[in-house]
Amino acid sequence: MEKARRKRRRIPSDEIITLENVTKSYTTGSPALDGVSLHIKKGEFVFIVGDSGSGKSTLIKLLLRELTATEGEITVMGYNLNHIRHRKIPKFRRNLGIVFQDFRLLPDRNVYENVAFAQHIIQKPGSEIRRNVPKILATVGLAGKYKNKITQLSGGEQQRVALARALVNKPSILLADEPTGNLDPNTSWEIMKLLEKINENGTTIVMVTHNREIVNAMQKRVITMKKGVIVDDAEKGVYIDDEDY
Amino acid sequence: MMRIISTFFYTIGQGFRNLTRNRWYTLASIATIAACLFLLGTFYSIIVNFSNIVKTAEEGVSVTVFFKEGTTEEQILAFQAEIQNRTEVSKVEYVSAEAAWESFKTDYLGEYADGFTENPLQDSANLQIYMTDVSLQPSLVTYLESHQTLVREVRRSEITASTLSGMNKLIALISVGIILILLCVSVFLISNTVTIGISVRKSEITIAKYIGATDYFVRAPFVIEGILIGIIGSIIPLIVIYFLYSKVVTYITTHYSILSNLLTFLPVQHIYESLVPISVLIGVGIGFFGSAFTVRRHLGV
Ligand SMILES: Nc1ncnc2c1ncn2[C@@H]1O[C@H](COP(=O)(O)OP(=O)(O)OP(=O)(O)O)[C@@H](O)[C@H]1O
Ligand SMILES: [Mg+2]
Repeated sequence: MEKARRKRRRIPSDEIITLENVTKSYTTGSPALDGVSLHIKKGEFVFIVGDSGSGKSTLIKLLLRELTATEGEITVMGYNLNHIRHRKIPKFRRNLGIVFQDFRLLPDRNVYENVAFAQHIIQKPGSEIRRNVPKILATVGLAGKYKNKITQLSGGEQQRVALARALVNKPSILLADEPTGNLDPNTSWEIMKLLEKINENGTTIVMVTHNREIVNAMQKRVITMKKGVIVDDAEKGVYIDDEDY
Repeated sequence: MMRIISTFFYTIGQGFRNLTRNRWYTLASIATIAACLFLLGTFYSIIVNFSNIVKTAEEGVSVTVFFKEGTTEEQILAFQAEIQNRTEVSKVEYVSAEAAWESFKTDYLGEYADGFTENPLQDSANLQIYMTDVSLQPSLVTYLESHQTLVREVRRSEITASTLSGMNKLIALISVGIILILLCVSVFLISNTVTIGISVRKSEITIAKYIGATDYFVRAPFVIEGILIGIIGSIIPLIVIYFLYSKVVTYITTHYSILSNLLTFLPVQHIYESLVPISVLIGVGIGFFGSAFTVRRHLGV
């Protein structure tokens, strides 16, 4: 046991996400992730692509510790997610921003309250919340709509609210699972420009997408998955079609 | 410190807002607790009044001892002192033959009493014995009757002993049973309604956990909501019973005036001295435990 631990590769200080031989099996079927190793540095912008059922969402869920690995080790921001204590999970997640395809906003509260919700959770004092929320809403271009009900917003606007909520706590990593999946091309591009700006300010971004144009235009690192395995990992990569493998 | 205060008020605020977010769920829970506590309050008022009536009746229960011809006052007073030492005896009154005659005259004869020159109740000197516990009356009577040299007759009140204390126990037993069943029912209903509330807000809870909410942060609004429901649910029946009580008492005393010297009702303030804390404590207790356990069971946090 001691020997195995000493042999393990030391994680470089600029590496923010580390997966070593990670396998994730659900109770039924073949594993959703099968021996995946992955290293992401601070400040990177990484696309994860691959056909449906290839394990992209499973990977995101492992990174936010919604799921635990069946085998292998996951380390995120210095937290070993295999051994993290239940009590420490909230503290760990406070450094993550999470965005989903279906926005997951609180429909009974307005734009401002949805973003403030995230600040209340991390126990920010009211005075700071009143300062931070309008600032981040201005960043995502929703300054004029802070009183609107969620149901009165377009899809793109809703995803901006979700983005504002993910960013207001100044996370080190933003995990986005198909954030443009429900948006038209123009709106998708607006969201991508926001993400790029956020990335330029130092936030590491891991984004799952099926959007070929976006991936090809952005010139970022692209990780391609197939049947639970990483089949390609390219700097300034392009969207690779299923048939090529 | 600022953080804790800020979070505390936010949680309280969320608890209040939860009440209005699921109005039907909230109303159902409040109605459940209110109904239970209304029944509890009603039973409690009845029991307290009944045991008060029983107590007043018991206090009036006395055993009267008459003495044989020729028994001197000294002998009677010595016997009084002896009886006084017994534990079941609370008070012994000596009624001399003269006093017995005087009270008979004022009670029954009035002005016609002037025709008597001698006391016709020569041998009616007696001891009036009041008891601490009426159920011990038989043993006292046996004791008194064993003094055959002195005692001529022991007169006891027949209605009392077994009847009153038996009734008292039965009513207390029945009401405790009913109240226990009601409490179980209301805890069950609260936990059901909280389950509905949690399923309604499942997505909110999931989102909060993604953002890094602590277990406390997720649970607290539900628990505060439960406590608020408990407080409101206990205040409503208290107000209703307060007004109903005097109405019912007035109704009974005017329509059944024959009973009015038998039935002595306690003032509502006296009952509320204990009913208010009991109701509020039970309401808050049901709200707190009902929601806390349900939250723990359903959130897995
Ligand atoms: N909760 C679950 N229980 C059992 N199997 C699951 C569960 N979630 C996902 N899977 C399976 O794991 C595999 C990977 O699923 P995952 O959701 O990670 O795919 P994905 O790459 O995100 O697909 P998509 O592009 O359609 O979103 C699939 O075969 C799926 O059926
Ligand atoms: Mg997916």
